[in-house]
Amino acid sequence: MLTAVLLFLPLAAALLLLFVKGAAARALAFGASLVEFGLAAYAAFDFSAHGSAAYNLNYNWIPSAGINFHVGLDGLSLLLVLLTTFLVPLILLSAFKRDYDNPSTFYALVLFMQTGLLGVFVSLDAFLFYFFWEVALIPIYLLAGAWGGERRIAVTLKFFLYTVVGSLLMLAGFVYLYLQTGPAAGSLAAHSSELSAFYGLKLSASEQSWLFWLIFAAFAVKMPIFPFHTWQPNTYTEAPAPATMLLSGIMLKMGIYGTMRWLLPVVPLGVSQWQKPVIILSVIGIIYGAIIAIRQQDVKRLIAYSSLSHVGLMAAGVFSLTQIGLQGTVIQMLAHGVNVVGMFFIADAIERRTGTRHIPDLGGLTRRTPILSVCFLVMLLSTVALPLTGGFVGEFLLLAGVYQYNAWVGAIAGLTIIFSAVYLLRMFQRVMLGPDSSFSETITDLTGGELLILVPLIALVFWLGLFPGSFLHISEPAVANILTLVGR
Amino acid sequence: MTSIILLSVFGILNLFLGFLRSNKVLLPGAMLLLLAVFGANYADWNVVHAPYFNNMLVVNNYTVAFTGIVLLTTILLLPFSRSYVTDGEPNLAEYYALLLFSLVGAIMMMGYDHLLMLFVGIEILSISMYVLAGSRKRDSRSNEAALKYFLMGAFATGILLFGIALLYGATGKFVLSELATAIASPANASLQPMLYIGILMMIIGIGFKVSAAPFHFWTPDVYEGTPTFFTAFMSTVVKTAGFAAFLKLLAVALPGAQGFWMPTIQAMCALTLLLGNVGAAVQTSPKRMLAYSSVSHAGYLLIGLVASKGALQGESASAIFFYSLAYSIATVAAFGVLKLVNEHRLQDGYAGLNGLGKTNPLLAFVMTVAMLSLAGIPLTGGFLGKLFLLIAAVGQGYIGLVVFAVIMSMVGLYYYLRPIIAMYMQPVPADATPVPVDGIQTATLVVLALLTIVLGIVPGFMSGLL
Repeated sequence: MLTAVLLFLPLAAALLLLFVKGAAARALAFGASLVEFGLAAYAAFDFSAHGSAAYNLNYNWIPSAGINFHVGLDGLSLLLVLLTTFLVPLILLSAFKRDYDNPSTFYALVLFMQTGLLGVFVSLDAFLFYFFWEVALIPIYLLAGAWGGERRIAVTLKFFLYTVVGSLLMLAGFVYLYLQTGPAAGSLAAHSSELSAFYGLKLSASEQSWLFWLIFAAFAVKMPIFPFHTWQPNTYTEAPAPATMLLSGIMLKMGIYGTMRWLLPVVPLGVSQWQKPVIILSVIGIIYGAIIAIRQQDVKRLIAYSSLSHVGLMAAGVFSLTQIGLQGTVIQMLAHGVNVVGMFFIADAIERRTGTRHIPDLGGLTRRTPILSVCFLVMLLSTVALPLTGGFVGEFLLLAGVYQYNAWVGAIAGLTIIFSAVYLLRMFQRVMLGPDSSFSETITDLTGGELLILVPLIALVFWLGLFPGSFLHISEPAVANILTLVGR
Repeated sequence: MTSIILLSVFGILNLFLGFLRSNKVLLPGAMLLLLAVFGANYADWNVVHAPYFNNMLVVNNYTVAFTGIVLLTTILLLPFSRSYVTDGEPNLAEYYALLLFSLVGAIMMMGYDHLLMLFVGIEILSISMYVLAGSRKRDSRSNEAALKYFLMGAFATGILLFGIALLYGATGKFVLSELATAIASPANASLQPMLYIGILMMIIGIGFKVSAAPFHFWTPDVYEGTPTFFTAFMSTVVKTAGFAAFLKLLAVALPGAQGFWMPTIQAMCALTLLLGNVGAAVQTSPKRMLAYSSVSHAGYLLIGLVASKGALQGESASAIFFYSLAYSIATVAAFGVLKLVNEHRLQDGYAGLNGLGKTNPLLAFVMTVAMLSLAGIPLTGGFLGKLFLLIAAVGQGYIGLVVFAVIMSMVGLYYYLRPIIAMYMQPVPADATPVPVDGIQTATLVVLALLTIVLGIVPGFMSGLL
C-alpha cells in the first residue's frame, strides 16, 4: 500500500498545484516532496527490518489482456526511489530561486514527473513499466520546451523524438515477449506481461539477439551511450536548470536501471552476444565525452559532456556482468545523481549572479565567494572521484568490475578519472581562480537558502564516500539475484 | 432498432422545431434527443433480438457497441455548433436533422445483414454529408469541398453497388451468412473471377468512405473546405461506421475469400500508413494535418482488419472498437478546440495556435491531451488502442506490418507535437485575447479530456467488450 501512496502522492500534489498560486504553491510543492522523502525514508528502514513483501501491490489492471498494475520494491528499486525522493525537494528549492512564468505549473510538472520516475523504478509489469517510462517524458519535454533557452524548440523536439523512437522499439520488443508467455496463474487472459513471466521465457539465441537491440534502444538513448547521445548536450544546455537536474540526476538512471532489470535477465543470451560491442561503445563514449568536454567554453555544456563520459563508465560496469561492477553502478548512480545535480546547481548559481555561463567571461570569482568555491570544489572532486567522496567508491568499484571483464578495457576506461580531473579542474581554475573578470568585485556569495540545497548534497557525498556499505548492503541481494538470472 | 426509429422520428421533429425560428431551443433539444437515443441504445446491450425485415438488419452487441461510439461522439460534438446558434444561422434545424438522419445511416451500416442494407446505409450517411460539406453556401472552399466529395463519393458508391451486383451474380446471395456458405462451396467455379472483382470493387467503395489509401485523395481538400464542425463529424462518425461495416463484411461474408482480400487489405494498410503519416508531416495547417492524420488512423484500423482474420469477436474486434472510441474522442476534442480558436483568431496555420497555453490554458490542455492520444503516448486512450491493435496483429504473426506501423507512428509524433509546440513554446501574439468559451463547451472539453485519460488509465471497462 505504501508503494501506491509513494507513487500517487506527487501526482495528487501536482493536480492540487494547478489551483494554487504564489507562495502557497511553493509551500505545497515543497511540502509534498518532503513528505514523499519522509515516506521513502520510512520505507527504507522498514524494508531493512521486514523485507520487501509488504511493498508488493498487484492489481488486475486490464483483465482481458493479462496486464497488471504490479509494483514492488527490492533493494535496487529502493535506492533509486530514495535518490529520486531525496533530489526532488532540492530541485524544487533550486527552482524557487528563479522567477519562472506560471510557477505553479512548473512545480506541478516537476511533481508529475516524479510520479513517472518512481513508477519506472517500482513497476513489475512490462506494459506498466512502459507506461510510466513515457509518463516521465511528457512533463520533462514541456519543462524543457516551454521554459528553456533560445534554441529550445528544435532541441527539445529532437530530444522527444529520439527518446520516443527508442521507447517504441522497446515496446515492440515487449509486445513480442508478451506474446511468447503463457497465461498467468488464475488469469483468464492468454498471456501475461509480468516481469517474472518474462524471466521465465526460454527464447532461442537468435531471437534474443535482435530483441536485445529492440529493448536496449530505449535504454541506450535515455542514458545516453555513444552514438545515441546527440540529443543530450543540447538538451542539457537549453533546458532550465531544474529540468537539467531532473534529466541528468534521475532520468538518466532510468536507462541504467532499465538495463539491469528489464534487459540483462530477460535476454541473457542476447546480452552475452552483444556484451563486447556495447562495452566498446561505452568506452568510446567515455573518451569521446571527455575529450569534447575539455574544449567546452560553456559551463553547462561542459558538465553535460562530463556526464556523458561518466555514464559511459556506468554502462560498461553494467555490461561487465560482475557483482562488483553492478554494485559499483548502483553506488555510482547515487553518487552521480548527487554530483551532477550539485554541479548544475552551482552553474545556475553563477549564471544567476553574472548572467553568463561563458567560461572566458568569468574568472577570479573566488575572492568574494569563499563558500561557493568550497562547495563547488567538493562537488567537482567527487565527480573526479577523489577518495572519501561518493564518486570514488562508485568509480573504483566500476573500474574493478570492468577490469575483471578485460584488463585492457579497464585500463582505457580508467582514463575517465584522469580526463575528468583535467577538464573539471581546468574549468574551476578559469571560472573561480585566474585573472579577475568584470564580476570579481560584484559577485555575492551563496545565501543561506542556497546552502540549504548544497549542504544535504555534500553530506550525502561524504556519506557515500565514507560508509558506502550502508547502501551496498541494501542492493546486494537484488544485484545477486539479477546476476543469477543472467547466468541461467 | 429502437435507436433507428427514434433517430428518424427525432430528425423529423427537429425539422419542426425549426419552425419556432428560435435557435436557442435547438441545441439543447438536439442534445436531449440524442441522449434519449443513447439510453435506448444502451438498453439493447446484451439483449438478443431476432433479425429484422427478413435478415436485413441485426441488432447485437457488435451493433450496439459501435452505435454507442457514434452517438457519444455526436453528443460531445454538438456543443461546438454553438456559434451557429449565436450567429442566427437560419438553417440550423436542417443541419441537426441531417446529422440525426446520417446517424440512422451509420447505424444501418453497422447493423446490416444484407448487402442492400449496407448500400442504403452508406447512401443515407453520404448524402447528408454531401449537403453538410457545402453548408457554408457563400464560401467557395465549402462549395468546392461539397462538389468534390459528392462527385467522388457518387463514383465510389457506384463502384460499391457494382461490386454488390457482381457478388450477387457470382453467388446469388445477399445475406451475409448465406454469402459465406456460397463462397466456401462455390456452385460454379468459372464464376470465381466475377466474385473476386466484386469483392475488390466493394473494398474500393468502402475504402473510399473510410479514406484508406489509395482512395484517400479527396480527404485533405474536402476536410479543409468543409466547416470544421462537420469535418469533425465526418472524420469520426463516418470512419467508425465505415470500419464497423468493413469488418463485418470481411469477417461474416467473406472469410472464404481470405486468400484474395488479405493481401489487398495488407497492401492498402501499408500504403495508408505511409501516405497518411508522411502527408500529415508536411502540412502547414492543423486542419489539413488532422485530415491526413485521419487517413493514417484508417491505416492503424486496417491493421485490426488484417489481424481479425474473419472474427467479429475477440481480441482484434475489441481492439478496433477501443481504437475507434479513443480516436473519435480525441478527434472531436482536437477539432472542437480548433474550431473555437479559428473563429476567434484570424491567422491560419499552426501559428494560429501560438501562445494558446497562456491565453486559454484549458483549450491548450485539451488539445495537448488529444494530440498525445492521437500520437499514441501513454496516459491516453490512444496508446492503449494502438497497443491492443499491435498485440492482436503480432499475435497473428504480422510482424512486418507491425514494425512498419511502429515506424510510421514515429513519424506521427513529429506532426502531433507541432500544435503543442505552438501552444506552449511560441510567444503569445501581441494582439491575442483569450478565446471565448461558454460554460457548456468548457464542460464538454473537460469531459473529452477526462474520457481520453480515463480510457488510458483504467481501460478495463471498455477493453475486451466484443
